[in-house]
Amino acid sequence: MVKINGESLDAAGRTIAAYLAEAGYDVAKVAVERNGEIVPRAEYEEMTFCDGDTAEIVSFVGGG
Amino acid sequence: MKNDTLIIGGHEFHSRFILGSGKYSLSLIEAAVRDAGAEIITLAVRRANTGEQENILDFIPENVTLLPNTSGARNAGEAVRIARLARELGCGSFVKIEIMRDTKYLLPDNEETIRATEILAKEGFVVMPYMYPDLNAARDLVNAGAASVMPLAAPIGSNRGLATKEFIQILIDEIDLPVIVDAGIGKPSQACEAMEMGAAAIMANTALATAENLPLMASAFGQAIEAGRKAYLAGTGRVLTRGASASDPLTGFLRD
Repeated sequence: MVKINGESLDAAGRTIAAYLAEAGYDVAKVAVERNGEIVPRAEYEEMTFCDGDTAEIVSFVGGG
Repeated sequence: MKNDTLIIGGHEFHSRFILGSGKYSLSLIEAAVRDAGAEIITLAVRRANTGEQENILDFIPENVTLLPNTSGARNAGEAVRIARLARELGCGSFVKIEIMRDTKYLLPDNEETIRATEILAKEGFVVMPYMYPDLNAARDLVNAGAASVMPLAAPIGSNRGLATKEFIQILIDEIDLPVIVDAGIGKPSQACEAMEMGAAAIMANTALATAENLPLMASAFGQAIEAGRKAYLAGTGRVLTRGASASDPLTGFLRD
């Protein structure tokens, strides 16, 4: 299992690009952090989620 | 006034109004930016939703500089992570550091803010720290590489105005970076007063978001900030502690 945005999901083995597309994220508008480290956009195609990973997928929202 | 530019981290701005984008409808952002004459707008970073239709970036005019904040961070480490994520979102390297441990008054933690500033400035961020107006902390922020300091006027979202006026004045007098008054400013008159004191810029969000007519209030703030800036540059007149001073010629009239 992979903990993504606080939720345990069955995403192990999938590349970040594949997961983002499947889940319906707008890839151009998100940033991904995996196990506390930023994943550069250029690595989405190669980097694979592993069992036990923790990831954050974020975007901009209104704020002061 | 044309040459009166605000420089933050080597970037030049002509407007001295930094607009927050929280607590109001995305469709109003464009009007607010336009009517405020704002060149900088703050944003927050949050967990993304899937299948989201509306994105705030689609509502912000292109020439506007984005200033992501680190709201939600409870310590320097979290603020650094949020700042890096914000930069990865691809909208420049400005960041407003906001670190709060206290959820009742939402007061910034100056010590953690100094730590985060040091780390992020070394990584090339243009760091604009939100702070409690304390001269020692402000000096530490300067040494840590901050591009400005952003002292609070009153607790966030309170619209209570310049509660920390004396201490903001000390920062204006002693700190060589732009002092941007952030949080608590509720009315254009308060923004104007802070500018007359020598603040470099004003940041506001709730004052607009809770107004009945947001774009109109944005415009009122824009004008008040400009008026205050002009008054500061003009040098405000002296105050008499006692008595009066005639403003008409003192020659006799209608009497011998």
